[in-house]
Amino acid sequence: MMTKDKSLGPMANEGLTAEERDLFSDARPVPYQPYPVEVVEKFINWVRANSLYMLAFGTGCGAIELNPLMTARYDAYRFGFQPRPTPRQASVFMIGGYASVKTLKRIIRSYEQMQGPKFVIALGICPVNGGMYWDSYNTVNQFDLYIPVDLYITGCMPRPEVLLAGVLELKKKIKEGRADGHNRYIENLDWYKANQKRIIKNWDMPDYSW
Amino acid sequence: MEYWAVKIGYFLLTLGIVTVYGLLLGAVIARTMAKVQGRIGIPYWQPFLDIVKNLGKRTAVSHGVMFYLGPVFRIAGGIGTLAFVPVIYGSEMFANFNFAGDLLLAVYFIFFGQLGMALGAGESGHPFSAIGVARGLGQMTAFEVPFALAIIAIVIQYDTLSINEIVAAQQGGMSNWTLFTNPLAVAAAMLAFLGMSGYPPFDVVTAPNEIPIGPPTEYHSAYLALMQTNRAIFAGAKLILFMALFFGGATNWIEVVIKTWAIYMVAVAVGASFPRFRVDQSIRFFLRIPTLIGMASIAFVQIFLAG
Repeated sequence: MMTKDKSLGPMANEGLTAEERDLFSDARPVPYQPYPVEVVEKFINWVRANSLYMLAFGTGCGAIELNPLMTARYDAYRFGFQPRPTPRQASVFMIGGYASVKTLKRIIRSYEQMQGPKFVIALGICPVNGGMYWDSYNTVNQFDLYIPVDLYITGCMPRPEVLLAGVLELKKKIKEGRADGHNRYIENLDWYKANQKRIIKNWDMPDYSW
Repeated sequence: MEYWAVKIGYFLLTLGIVTVYGLLLGAVIARTMAKVQGRIGIPYWQPFLDIVKNLGKRTAVSHGVMFYLGPVFRIAGGIGTLAFVPVIYGSEMFANFNFAGDLLLAVYFIFFGQLGMALGAGESGHPFSAIGVARGLGQMTAFEVPFALAIIAIVIQYDTLSINEIVAAQQGGMSNWTLFTNPLAVAAAMLAFLGMSGYPPFDVVTAPNEIPIGPPTEYHSAYLALMQTNRAIFAGAKLILFMALFFGGATNWIEVVIKTWAIYMVAVAVGASFPRFRVDQSIRFFLRIPTLIGMASIAFVQIFLAG
């Protein structure tokens, strides 16, 4: 378990009942520091960029464009990009288009269970401004209010070629050390949590899903 | 004292070679499978990158002491299997810690890692891990039967429990291999090997699109790196054991590479051609034909070869 941040204290876990609180950790995550030697950090960033495990969790209609990525025609494996069925082992979260409020809850839990450094790619126009769901009653309009996004691939829907180009772009960002979504999330955790709780009315989960 | 220092040094060298070879073999097989599906496939160095990436993860969550020990038991199983199998026949350097009863110990070590993994995965508290462990142990118990029968058959045949003596008895031409002197035992063992290798039709335990990835669901970061390393060591050790018992062993590294690759390709060719069994189907499969072949091999040895 990570050490608690002394200045901010543990998470409140107010959404849980008293007996449930014993079952969940209330530790507050801390941002990680880069390795002290610059060469090591550069090398490990290069390795991270070339070994991307994508969380196979289709959150919206865009997930249908992810499946062809693994087939003979596009074959994303050759770029070190592969699906992984459990968030614990994944390092890339693909937001497949619109995120409904109900899915957002699952997205938050899955994202928090992923181990850092972790990266988020948002597909389609919906995570940017809501797209065709702009005035829908149950779809979030601006996705990066809730989860930090490292890369957007817009379009409705973006074709697999564009997704591959996006993956290559993410690799470039990781190699340059600019994909810092994980740390941004933890440094601004209270702001993100306030945004998330504003839209998720039935918050019955721990404040940070370890 | 000096003798043991040298022995351990040689073993570490063997371990290093087998680890690198196992990882490369994994990549080659993944590329072969990709070619079957009309893809290019992962780069050859992908398994190395995956391990370094997982070691370089900056966060990790623990679920208790047993959760730590799961991957450690697993890698102990892999290293233990390798430690008691002489890799190259007649070589002082790559003989490892072989002794008179090493076959029993190696066979025990093959299953040791799975049991440790079951305890560790159970500790993680994830329901998918528990289901995966139940499936894995059920399937393991089933393929253990033909494998044990095949081992018993060749122990009777060569009248020894030492792998080195079994390899020695197979020297002097291909016709001396167990493959030709006792084909029934080899058939039973190779069918059990299909179950051990984790390719279709027996990959229901760790298939990503069944319950997510089975027992290792909760394992991440360095734990996962340890398990990926073990996967390579264990695959190498198992292949070397099969090569020594059934395919005449090897007298140099090139022979090791060719033979182990060919043995692995059996599992890959079957895996590329057949769909997946459910767990109850695979248990029924192993307890029927392969078990019968195993029993027939013992009868064959008793009637024609022993004494």
